[in-house]
Amino acid sequence: MQELSVRHLLGIKDITHEDIQLIFETADNFKDVLNRPIKKVPSLRDITIANVFFENSTRTRLSFELAEKRLSADVINFSSSGSSVKKGETLLDTVNNILAMKVDMIVMRHSSPGTPHFLSRHIKANIVNAGDGTHEHPTQALLDSFSIRERYGEVAGKKVVIIGDILHSRVALSNIFALQKQGAEVMVCGPSTLLPKYIKDLGVKVELDVRKALQWCDVANVLRIQLERMQMKYFPSLREYTLYYGINKKMLDSLNKEITIMHPGPINRGVELSSDVADSQHSIILNQVENGVAIRMAVLYLLAAKG
Amino acid sequence: MQKRIIVNHQLLDIMVMRLCHQLIENHGDFSDTVILGLQPRGKFVAQRIQNTLASILGKPVPTGYLDTTFHRDDFRRRDTPLTANATRIDFLIEGKKVILVDDVLYTGRSVRAALDAMIAYGRPANVELLVLIDRLYTRHLPIHATYVGQRVNSLQSQRVLVEWKGQETPEDNIWLITKNEE
Repeated sequence: MQELSVRHLLGIKDITHEDIQLIFETADNFKDVLNRPIKKVPSLRDITIANVFFENSTRTRLSFELAEKRLSADVINFSSSGSSVKKGETLLDTVNNILAMKVDMIVMRHSSPGTPHFLSRHIKANIVNAGDGTHEHPTQALLDSFSIRERYGEVAGKKVVIIGDILHSRVALSNIFALQKQGAEVMVCGPSTLLPKYIKDLGVKVELDVRKALQWCDVANVLRIQLERMQMKYFPSLREYTLYYGINKKMLDSLNKEITIMHPGPINRGVELSSDVADSQHSIILNQVENGVAIRMAVLYLLAAKG
Repeated sequence: MQKRIIVNHQLLDIMVMRLCHQLIENHGDFSDTVILGLQPRGKFVAQRIQNTLASILGKPVPTGYLDTTFHRDDFRRRDTPLTANATRIDFLIEGKKVILVDDVLYTGRSVRAALDAMIAYGRPANVELLVLIDRLYTRHLPIHATYVGQRVNSLQSQRVLVEWKGQETPEDNIWLITKNEE
């Protein structure tokens, strides 16, 4: 009988390789539940979960909500637009008011890095980080690794390149931690302006030429250009970015091996990925989304058990 | 800790054979009947029953394994969460007669969870329960086994352990384990 080493899932950095394995094994069982005629188990029927989103989200929010409902938890949703946050309420007050209504777990997304870490020091409920600014997005990294494991049997020894806007990406950072803990080799690739200055200190390879990166890797995790987080120009134009870093079918055909294409979504079709790549048999983008629900069920189940 | 054999391997063979004949008496050629072993330990009983039935009937009987972890009522009441096991049911149970199989019937809570978990796969025509050991006077719920290997009178502090021949155990045996008072 095993349990997680943490009470909150704030980031992949804080959890161990054993935690990741436990989450995957539990998610295997939940994936099986999701393929049954009745896709629901009563495990969390005495638990109330608040989804607190201070930033826009479609996939993550739906995925968490579905995971919570499949576990029979009671769910309340909060989004900062149209809330009292606009009237000047502080974050801690907002969350404490939600908790006063007897909520056991908080799933939160915020545009400021470290927000869930700050909250975890002040409140009793379990917290799941659903993305904090440009810092971490742990459940995304877990479902990415889970999808790689599903495709290849294991993550250890695989070569994974993360391509695109590494500088603004919480998915990239969480993925680097997750993949390294599982023994995969990680490379980042993108325009030098979109690579963090000290990224090499994390022990990842750095490549500026996307063709070389694709030739090296088994799996390419392609990221979106996060225009909304850019305060200045990092490259001349989107057209030029696509020309140098966009991945198309011709490029994949020119490789002498089969690689797997992943994307955390939302895809900007025709920018980082061409449509024929996004919809090809190389792509496991929709499997990632499917696995997301099972992974989030596993995380919520294991954290709820910690109380 | 004291360990005492309550059913040895010869008796266990006879017991399994008797239970199989009782099943055949009620289910004939098993055309409408399926067997579900409850994970983790009922799986081994189900395998044994399946093999014995196959040798008597000359054909395989559909057998699956059901995990009840997510349906248990003691989640968050234990110190550590239960680890889930695989469920493997590659047949339909809708309209079938289902025989749930477990090693020991104690409080009845696992069986309740199993009934709950099983319903997710369809609505069976009827459900029966087969156990090797029925511990008397320990039930928390009104649950009764249809087929029983042996009834055992035991204290709450005692434990019944069914061991199957394997790498670490030389032969099949059922033990009654008594913990010494400290």
